[in-house]
Amino acid sequence: MTAIPAAGRAALRFPGLRKLEHSLLVYRRVWRGTFFGTLVSPVLFLSALGVALGSLVPQMTAFGGVPYLVFLAPGLLAAQAMQTATIESSWPLFAGFKWNKTFEAMIGTPQGVRDIVLGHLYWLVVRLTIVTGVFLAVMVVFGAVSSPTFLLAWPAAVLTGVAFGMPMAAWTATRKTENSFAIVFRFVVTPMFLFSGTFFPISQLPDAIEPVAWLVPLYHGVNLARTLAIGHDLNLVVLLIHVAVLLGIIIVSTLIAFRTFRRRLVV
Amino acid sequence: MESVIPVGAPMIRARGLTKRFGSFTAVDGVDFDVATGESFGFLGPNGAGKTSTMRMIGAVSPRTAGELSVLEMDPEENGPRIRARLGVVPQSDTLDTELTVLENLLIYGRYFDISYSEANQRATELLEFVQLNERRKDLVEPLSGGMKRRLTIARALINEPDVLLLDEPTTGLDPQARHLVWDRLYRLKQRGTTLVLTTHYMDEAEQLCDRLVVMDKAKIVAEGSPRTLIERYSTREVLELRFPVGIQETLDGQLDGLGDRVEHLPDRVLVYAADGEAAAAAAHDRGLRPESVLVRRSSLEDVFLRLTGRSLVE
Repeated sequence: MTAIPAAGRAALRFPGLRKLEHSLLVYRRVWRGTFFGTLVSPVLFLSALGVALGSLVPQMTAFGGVPYLVFLAPGLLAAQAMQTATIESSWPLFAGFKWNKTFEAMIGTPQGVRDIVLGHLYWLVVRLTIVTGVFLAVMVVFGAVSSPTFLLAWPAAVLTGVAFGMPMAAWTATRKTENSFAIVFRFVVTPMFLFSGTFFPISQLPDAIEPVAWLVPLYHGVNLARTLAIGHDLNLVVLLIHVAVLLGIIIVSTLIAFRTFRRRLVV
Repeated sequence: MESVIPVGAPMIRARGLTKRFGSFTAVDGVDFDVATGESFGFLGPNGAGKTSTMRMIGAVSPRTAGELSVLEMDPEENGPRIRARLGVVPQSDTLDTELTVLENLLIYGRYFDISYSEANQRATELLEFVQLNERRKDLVEPLSGGMKRRLTIARALINEPDVLLLDEPTTGLDPQARHLVWDRLYRLKQRGTTLVLTTHYMDEAEQLCDRLVVMDKAKIVAEGSPRTLIERYSTREVLELRFPVGIQETLDGQLDGLGDRVEHLPDRVLVYAADGEAAAAAAHDRGLRPESVLVRRSSLEDVFLRLTGRSLVE
């Protein structure tokens, strides 16, 4: 009596788009609240550290001797992407598992675990494109760009953010309480923010420690964004290494997220 | 690909259905069938395995052992296709508190690949049906528990499901809100929607279920319509006697033979008899002076007590 509808489509459609729609619908409600921070954060950092503190920094030799503001800005851009994505993958995602349980509702429909994970990845890309786009606009206003190649730092920063957002998402799915998120910010995000070449070239670090920077994910993002933004001394091999590391982190962490999300939701 | 379910074939069929979490067995080899258009219930106390069973039917929880077919498909192989035709009302509302009432319905419709215009049209009808239309633009959070429940029911209907799964639809609601939910579910039943629900309220089961299974400790202990279960496992009437503190323990034997069966609960004594008034009179003749005497019809609570030796809601 009941004909099976064309639900077979469900298996064929592009995964994750509906979850992205959900995120955009929520964003349409809350964007006003987040936009202030998105705009104010680069203004504060660039004026305090780039302009005010930067005026005390003597002419740099790195990157063809650009002013400190021009050196600092792309590093901050990548670091901002890291922070935004990490936050986006902690409390808001945890709400879907525990507080609102919207993911439980979602997997009761034809949507599956992969849709949730991939939808979150797409959402990170959208959110990061907005946040880093505003950041770049502020950079232009502050005169923190020296080369037309600075626009290439945009995708670089988005890539950096996703490379933090997806591992965080995979880990958030394993959390029973929200207590450990603050620890991640204190002991992972903030140290990386400070010591990944955001504020000073890693050549300033002790020689023994300098190679360690290459093991720090944010360093790859910072150096990629900075090199592209300043457009000086572009070494294709080094750039490709940075991109490969970030992409590799994204792919592996997304695969892990498939597992951790499944373990959390399908029991 | 067109496939048609023949009339009379069960919508849901389980044989030896089992769910284990590690060494804990939540559902222990249960068998049941749910027919098209039927209103079917799982009655049992918390922890009896009702929710685990529902989640397996809902194709969100893989079974450990046994057979299960939902809409003539195996949930393990056809999860998304089955879920496309189910409506799910989970135990907690799982509504998106950051969105409005209407948006909650629209986005849920999108999960079924329903277009926005179609979802909007259905949402309007459904909000009318659950009497929430005047709240359509409001955020979910300030809504009362009963309103959220009705919204969750409306959400579950957005894909015009063949089967509606309701996990404890009225737990935690005040009596007025419960009756409003029951009324809407009753209308769905009248329209021929297949309902599968879990509950630990016998009045809910009696109101809504054509047929039900009683679950206890991961197993099905009885099956039938509320009326046949009561007839089979209880008497027509029940005499409830409450004695002053300390007296009940001294009664031993004095109540024997008043009815078919006597059940001693911590706070009262139940005498199962076809004629409760006659049993009450007989007790009086024996010189018993209880504090209060109540004659009532048998309910599923009595069935459960008989089957498990325990009350349903402790």
